[in-house]
Amino acid sequence: MEFGPHLLLAVLEGLVTASILSLTAMGLSLVFGVMRVVNVAHGEAFMLGAVLAWWVTGLVAGHPAVGFVLAALTAPLIVGALAAASDRLVLKRLNYDPDRTIVATIGLLYIAQQTTLMTFGPDARPVEPPFNQRIALPWLERTEEGWTWFYPWGLSITSYKLFVIAAAAAILVAIWLVITRTRAGLLMRATQQDSETAQAFGIPVGTVYSVVFGIGAALAALGAVLVVPIQQAHYLMGGEPLLLSFIVVIIGGLGSLPGTVIAALLIGLSDGIISVFFSPTLAKIIATLLVAMVLVFRPQGLLGKAQT
Amino acid sequence: MTDRLRTDLLHLGVIAALVVLFLTLPTYYAGNLSRIMVLAIYAIGYNLLFGYTGLLSLGHAMFFAAGMYGYGLTAQLAGVPALPAFALGILAGAALGLVVGALALRTAGVAFMIVTLMFAQAAYLTILHFGTYTRGDEGFVVPSEARIVFGIDLSGETERFAAALILFALVLLATGRLVRSRLGRTLVAIRENEERTRMLGYDATRLKLIAITLSGALSGLAGAAYALLFGYVGASFAAVPYSIFPLLWVLLGGAGTTIGPLIGVFFMFYLIDTASGITLAYLLIVGVALVLLTLFAPQGIAGLIKRRLPWLP
Amino acid sequence: MASVILETKGLTKLYGGLAANTDVDFELPRGRITALIGPNGAGKSTFVGMVTGRIPATRGQVIFEGRDISALPAHARIALGMAYTFQITSIFPGLDVAENVALAARRTTDAAHLDAKVRDTLARVGLNGRGNALAGDLSYGHQRLLEIAMGLAQDPRLFILDEPTQGLAESEVAGFIDLVRGLAGEATILLIEHNMDVVMQLADHIVVLDQGQVLASGAPEAIRADRAVQSAYLGTADA
Repeated sequence: MEFGPHLLLAVLEGLVTASILSLTAMGLSLVFGVMRVVNVAHGEAFMLGAVLAWWVTGLVAGHPAVGFVLAALTAPLIVGALAAASDRLVLKRLNYDPDRTIVATIGLLYIAQQTTLMTFGPDARPVEPPFNQRIALPWLERTEEGWTWFYPWGLSITSYKLFVIAAAAAILVAIWLVITRTRAGLLMRATQQDSETAQAFGIPVGTVYSVVFGIGAALAALGAVLVVPIQQAHYLMGGEPLLLSFIVVIIGGLGSLPGTVIAALLIGLSDGIISVFFSPTLAKIIATLLVAMVLVFRPQGLLGKAQT
Repeated sequence: MTDRLRTDLLHLGVIAALVVLFLTLPTYYAGNLSRIMVLAIYAIGYNLLFGYTGLLSLGHAMFFAAGMYGYGLTAQLAGVPALPAFALGILAGAALGLVVGALALRTAGVAFMIVTLMFAQAAYLTILHFGTYTRGDEGFVVPSEARIVFGIDLSGETERFAAALILFALVLLATGRLVRSRLGRTLVAIRENEERTRMLGYDATRLKLIAITLSGALSGLAGAAYALLFGYVGASFAAVPYSIFPLLWVLLGGAGTTIGPLIGVFFMFYLIDTASGITLAYLLIVGVALVLLTLFAPQGIAGLIKRRLPWLP
Repeated sequence: MASVILETKGLTKLYGGLAANTDVDFELPRGRITALIGPNGAGKSTFVGMVTGRIPATRGQVIFEGRDISALPAHARIALGMAYTFQITSIFPGLDVAENVALAARRTTDAAHLDAKVRDTLARVGLNGRGNALAGDLSYGHQRLLEIAMGLAQDPRLFILDEPTQGLAESEVAGFIDLVRGLAGEATILLIEHNMDVVMQLADHIVVLDQGQVLASGAPEAIRADRAVQSAYLGTADA
């Protein structure tokens, strides 16, 4: 394949990564934005979402789409409820102290991961996509008769991957609407601005925290449900989305919704593009170091001036 | 009795107890004891930064690995003899501490944790990337000639224990002195109130850099000692769990106490040892312990003792 | 030795577009007690913040004992012989009282004399016998005294006290006045103070800051008589 078609393929694959990533990172960003805590167990919400999707789709017979829809509805709910419960049981009792919360969520990470290992087992398991037509993509080429369309060998994408991109975009728009247009969103924003004042105005800050923590995890789980038909479910799969979400959230500015989406696109695309042309390990080393440098030299990228 | 004398006596007592344990326990436990002491050195290194200086790193595995690979790779690839290779391991830990510190100390709090986590991840990936030399996750066995120091082969059980004990004793006694020194007390002051320490005329940034360099050196020493005594070098020692373990050990044993790290490693070692006999998912214990500790005993075991004995270093 | 220990030239701090201090030219006479007064928001704390290096200046110079220290970080300025006590008590609450003072003294006192130095300093502020108490367990007034002890223990040549009597009881204020009087001659004192009684009892020299600029300076009597000062500050001080 030549460079042009190759690049198009990389961009499309990158868009898929970016879509999943923006959902997962949005969850992390929302939690940090409203609660000012870092949830290290966020990747495990993603993993649990994937594993639950595998489990739910296994329960129903018939067309794979039935199981998939069921998984998309139940997995985020279950994961969200688990997260809200751990907020109540653990984080709330720590008074959301930033350091102790990090340590405690590391503990939750291992609890989620190892419990999955004990029940689900160490194997990676696939989920059948609801639909999966291969769509060949055309490319322009200059021939003796001028510019013509043709279909290069290997340049194709599946209908399911296109669906992932569209679904993620739709979910993001929905979140945006909820946060900016609804009463629930208003409560969230008020708590984010100043939790003490919010409390004084009768906003049930504790409940808002639990709900936000639940929604954050549910978003990661939803991203995972979308991704399992492409990437298999495995008990150790939470590490990478956690790291990438950190990267996205740091670059995008914590708590900033548009910033998170832009950064997810940037990282998703560059990860896709770099890993097509270079070794994926090298791409990750470079990305990780770059983000560390962003944090070191532009810490306002993390703690943002938007919080004033 | 002065506090310094008490401290030294306590530490000598701990060392004597380890010798008695070695002489009375069956060989299997003696091997474990050597491992515990080496890991306790790592925990002491971590404690210097976290417990005494108040900086929570989530990436200490990179320093442990720097020591391990600094020793292991020079021995393996360049045929450097044991002692100089070992010294290079310590140096690698210290140098990495200095570099990471110079960058990461520009941040504080949560950002510091994430930056250290990221650097450690980059270090881990780098080890994987250069798999041709490091053998990646699979790792490599240290050549047996690089495990001979002063003509003594450290792969023998007794020799290994003696070497681990000497290293641990030196580190424990040195830390006992360090935390009572002017430097140690100023580090504690930074932990308690950095702004005030600065406004008493101390260069807090420089002192924190010293702390992270020392912490890196001790962690590197532990990593090099692990490879030297147990003969294996592998990327899993650079992965995330090995950054979390020292935090767990120190939290469990008691942050900011000299004997806390040993207590923490000891308890966690046997907890995991027992658990891994029952289930593959022994890391579950780590998770539960972390959550319970942060919830109910943030001062750890030695912290609880320290309430009764305030002179405890 | 020069008669001026500290001098600022054109010292200015802008927060965004807002000026906290504008071109403050200031001279602090050596060996005396100078009070820096002014209404709330006059920029007093910002000014001493820039002197000690806690707050970076937008522009201007700070000259301490003839040396331009404008580029030095806070700890280096303190190490040159300044001491600063915080307006909002800043001690080491988790450490014992003696260690709090020892931390302050250790930079300038060798190990052999440290214990005696700590004991003396605590006695001077009236905290003798409290050395083993946890600093965080002290009453508010005692914490303020500890804060002052930490300044004293550094043997500063310039001692900057930022609202030291805030929150002290009447009797404690009287003790504080005696303490500072006793220091006269040892160190130059720059006192930021709201309590005009304390200022009038202690100060040899008063500088009035208003809206980030020096409004007046002179002997206490002259300041008391100054009409501009009266309208800007004294009139509102008791309100």
